[in-house]
Amino acid sequence: MSTAANDAPRSRGKAPAGERVADWADGRLGIYSLAKANMRKIFPDHWSFMLGEVCLYSFIIIILTGVYLTLFFHPSMNEVTYHGSYVPMQGQLMSEAYKSTLDISFDVRGGLLIRQIHHWAAIIFLAGMFVHMMRVFFTGAFRKPREINWLFGFLLFVLGMFTGFTGYSLPDDLLSGTGVRFTQGAILSVPIVGTYISMFLFGGEFPGTDFVARFYSIHILLLPGIMLGLVVGHLILVFYHKHTQFAGPGKTNKNVVGMPLLPVYMAKAGGFFFLVFGVIAAIAGIVSVNPIWAIGPYRPDQVSTGAQPDWYMGFAEGLVRAMPGWEINFWGHTLVLGVFVPLVIFGIFLAVIALYPFIESWVTGDKREHHILDRPRNAPTRTAFGVAWVTAYLIMLVGGGNDIVATHFHLSINAVTWFVRIGFFLGPVLAFIVTKRICLGLQRRDRDKVLHGRESGIIKRLPHGEFIEVHEPLSQDQLHTLTAHEQYQPAEIGPTVDENGVQRKVKGSEKLRAKLSEAYYGEDSQIPKPTVEEYKEITSGHGHH
Amino acid sequence: MSSQDIPEENLPAEQGGTHVPKPADDKNPFADPGLPPHEHRIQDIDERAAKRSERAVALLFTVSMLATLGFIASFVAIPHDKSIYVFPLGHINAMNFALGLTLGVALFTIGAGAVHWARTLMSDEEVADERHPIEADPETRAKVHADFKQGAKESVIGRRKLIRNTMLGALTLMPLSGVFLLRDLGPLPGTKLRHTLWSKGKLLVNMNTNEPMRPSDIGVGSLTFAKPEGLEEHDHDFQNEIAKAALMIIRLEPDSIKDKRELEWSHEGIVAYSKICTHVGCPISLYEQQTHHALCPCHQSTFDLADGARVIFGPAGHPLPQLRIGVNDEGYLEALSDFEEPVGPAFWERG
Amino acid sequence: MKKLSARRRHPLAALVVLLLALACTGGLYAAFAPASKAQADETAQSLAIDEGKKLYAVGCASCHGTGGQGSTDGPSLVGVGAAAVDFQVGTGRMPAQQPGAQVPKKKVIYSQAEIDQLAAYIASLGAGPAVPSEEKYGPEGADIAKGGELFRTNCAQCHNFTGKGGALTHGKFAPTLEGVNPKHIYEAMQTGPQNMPSFPDTTLSEQNKKDIIAYLDAVNGDETVDPGGLSLGGLGPVSEGLFGWIFGLGACIAVAVWVAARTAKAKKS
Repeated sequence: MSTAANDAPRSRGKAPAGERVADWADGRLGIYSLAKANMRKIFPDHWSFMLGEVCLYSFIIIILTGVYLTLFFHPSMNEVTYHGSYVPMQGQLMSEAYKSTLDISFDVRGGLLIRQIHHWAAIIFLAGMFVHMMRVFFTGAFRKPREINWLFGFLLFVLGMFTGFTGYSLPDDLLSGTGVRFTQGAILSVPIVGTYISMFLFGGEFPGTDFVARFYSIHILLLPGIMLGLVVGHLILVFYHKHTQFAGPGKTNKNVVGMPLLPVYMAKAGGFFFLVFGVIAAIAGIVSVNPIWAIGPYRPDQVSTGAQPDWYMGFAEGLVRAMPGWEINFWGHTLVLGVFVPLVIFGIFLAVIALYPFIESWVTGDKREHHILDRPRNAPTRTAFGVAWVTAYLIMLVGGGNDIVATHFHLSINAVTWFVRIGFFLGPVLAFIVTKRICLGLQRRDRDKVLHGRESGIIKRLPHGEFIEVHEPLSQDQLHTLTAHEQYQPAEIGPTVDENGVQRKVKGSEKLRAKLSEAYYGEDSQIPKPTVEEYKEITSGHGHH
Repeated sequence: MSSQDIPEENLPAEQGGTHVPKPADDKNPFADPGLPPHEHRIQDIDERAAKRSERAVALLFTVSMLATLGFIASFVAIPHDKSIYVFPLGHINAMNFALGLTLGVALFTIGAGAVHWARTLMSDEEVADERHPIEADPETRAKVHADFKQGAKESVIGRRKLIRNTMLGALTLMPLSGVFLLRDLGPLPGTKLRHTLWSKGKLLVNMNTNEPMRPSDIGVGSLTFAKPEGLEEHDHDFQNEIAKAALMIIRLEPDSIKDKRELEWSHEGIVAYSKICTHVGCPISLYEQQTHHALCPCHQSTFDLADGARVIFGPAGHPLPQLRIGVNDEGYLEALSDFEEPVGPAFWERG
Repeated sequence: MKKLSARRRHPLAALVVLLLALACTGGLYAAFAPASKAQADETAQSLAIDEGKKLYAVGCASCHGTGGQGSTDGPSLVGVGAAAVDFQVGTGRMPAQQPGAQVPKKKVIYSQAEIDQLAAYIASLGAGPAVPSEEKYGPEGADIAKGGELFRTNCAQCHNFTGKGGALTHGKFAPTLEGVNPKHIYEAMQTGPQNMPSFPDTTLSEQNKKDIIAYLDAVNGDETVDPGGLSLGGLGPVSEGLFGWIFGLGACIAVAVWVAARTAKAKKS
């Protein structure tokens, strides 16, 4: 107590308790300098900036409910006979994992609700990540300095897929068991090491008695642990980089305009957590998800039609369903292309979107920081590429549910499969072309709007009988917003002869880059934005509509 | 909102004429005009509106409290196995429904209250915050590089190559222990995937009745599943064995069997195929008795069971293995050998 | 194949109706006629066969042949048994309306009495499974859990875990079992209609069938409880994923739009 008198004149005047606690913590943690930078941190307001929050909150909800579920779940494959309260299963032989999941659903009060919140939150978590990723992609928010955060987010999506998949497999029900069987078959298809990996993962032959316990530690510890680390890193980087913003009056590449963290964002973001949790809890109370009691315990000789994985694995499922059954036998070995090729495509397809930021920055050669978001129309090639990617993804998602599509639209399952096979190659090309045209059209419209003003909807008849529509000039705010984007010029290969007149060797990569750059920013790929001169020339001619 | 009656004197003057475009800058009409002036909300200028917002927020928080009480009441009062009929949902568990709704409302109203508070009562003035380049300035950069070089030099790692190389060697080898520790995760494959429980003389036991079968039991167009005699559901290795041994038995008119070997391995038109799909191992048994096609429900591989289980559609790479069957002295169907080839999905060593 | 709908306006339609009336009267007469029981049964039986034959000639013979021997348009009915007729006609599948991948369930156009007569006639062509009596498919003495296991082994691969139906090759499908009369389920297992394989009593015992029907009633009946709430068709992850995207994420985004929207500004009225 004696030291208190020495160092702190401010504590003499009996500061409020909160302040004293904060002082105490600051003396040990240095929280004030941290708070100085962050307490009034500015966040811009836009609904699409909250998609990431949906993911963060559903992730927290998943962790909370997951911890609860571990209190009751038994990750064991010991066979037991069921005597619980669900009549259609009484006397059935099942694994302890399945039995404890039935118990959570029927005998633990509120257990079913928590299970359903957990599962719905997982579905929404991954859907949220997908949409969030697309938002970042289409607005170009992945550009410098945010490439690493893009990768963090991408990893979270991939890890989320596998965490979801391992969790879906834990109850050891007939549906998830079929999914695990598929995984095992896919592992077997890996050349050279496939059988070994399968034996090691399952502790011997499929299904064995180990995989639930092993998937359990992967599902509740390994993957979520990594994800938690990535989420923290992701958030730190968001804080550190400060949020991006759309172009507009007063918004520059050197500032961020919005409301401060304390109090507005504290309330909005904190409130949004409760809103998301509330929505998911209500859904879990109203809509059933994964009713494992109706599905039955897993047995490798039983199956149900309509066997699908959860949606985020549907893309992989579609690839596997659409692939023709190629198999090559040589020198006593089998190359199971029918399964292995989809596996490889799955990896490549995801890698393409993960690496896209680096490809684009290589094409543009732009080393500057970008904090102003692109409107998708102003980056037509990128937008078209993204739409093509999503199209291929969606087509394969349809392929993953081809049987349900067939029965519900009264189609032949074979026809649906052929549609998917062709669509996977044709769809993205069409989507690319159409999207690019639409983007260019929208750019033209923006250009017209800037130069000729907004269509007012007022029709005027001129003395000589001609009808015209009156166009209202835009305000400077609007003019600025519509012309704030940058337009790159296609990169050229540069002189092929150096200053001494010696022929320079043009590298293949340089040529490729020039070609790509032309495709990105050439005449056919963007509409030149109006210049001040053009604007002045048109507006000076008064009386022109 | 314009219909709200707001005392005239409270309205700031510049708010009068909205949507009057500012004349464009003469020099550069596209220049950034800067942040637009802040406009006030009704709550900022009308205390009555602010009061209304306050009451709304408080009401939302109160509803949340009530909902939490409702949650506790439902938890205590509703029997956990009680079901109720709720119109579009059907017959559902009363407790799950009540808990979900009360919890949902309790959470949602907290969020709604906080957001309404933020939107209507907290300051909504937009503020611009400066950004600073992420990159360090040249001096810092130079300092860090110099420090690093200094540190590296002091460590003598560049000069004493032996230390560096052996250290890298040690660090590279060390993780190998970890790899070895994983060895006992499972046995080596060996020939496990090549054998099933079937062998010469094993009776085909009906999965449904748990009895051996006679040829006369199996009619044309019927579908029966069988397991090898001696394998019982309670056996500890039942799952592993049935995953390979599961059998699908159908009967065709012998004339309609197109494949010569299939006919040879059948008995009076009764053929036994592995139930495990050769694609990734789903139990395939969507048997169409008129077309003799069997479809896999997982990935739609289709096999023609009248033609050696040839793959006619889908991603499977080879036909379903057939089991050679015959009849023993007592007239029961029996296996004449194990499957000639590995059942289930293909793998590298299959050949 | 001639369409049945076309036959409704057939000149012989009136005759059919007349025959039906006669058949009913005849049946009633047979039932009440003062004669020894065995003889009455026999008479009723042969009368039913006669009436069935007439119905057959009008409604079925064009595809299945005049004597049930089958033609290019329809399979032979010799030996399919009364159960097959009761199923096919009783669920409205027969008479078929148009060729296609599969003959679907339709409105039943014959009365149960007519169906019984048709069944009696077909049964007289060759021995086959008889129409099951109610105690065979009733709930008494059934083991629901065992039925579940049997269902998952024998039926779920086509009809889904709880009998919601599923796809087969080239536009064929396994229909939903929701609301299907237990008798018809029993008959379908016995006779294997269309592309469904049969599950004769020799391989799926009568008790097995009873168990399966009891299980179906427990998990897909009118009174079935879906504890979790709305079952989304019981189709599994596809409908769950769609719901999660549209309503789950959709609701979250709708809320986000509200959170991020600008509050209304005060304006002069």
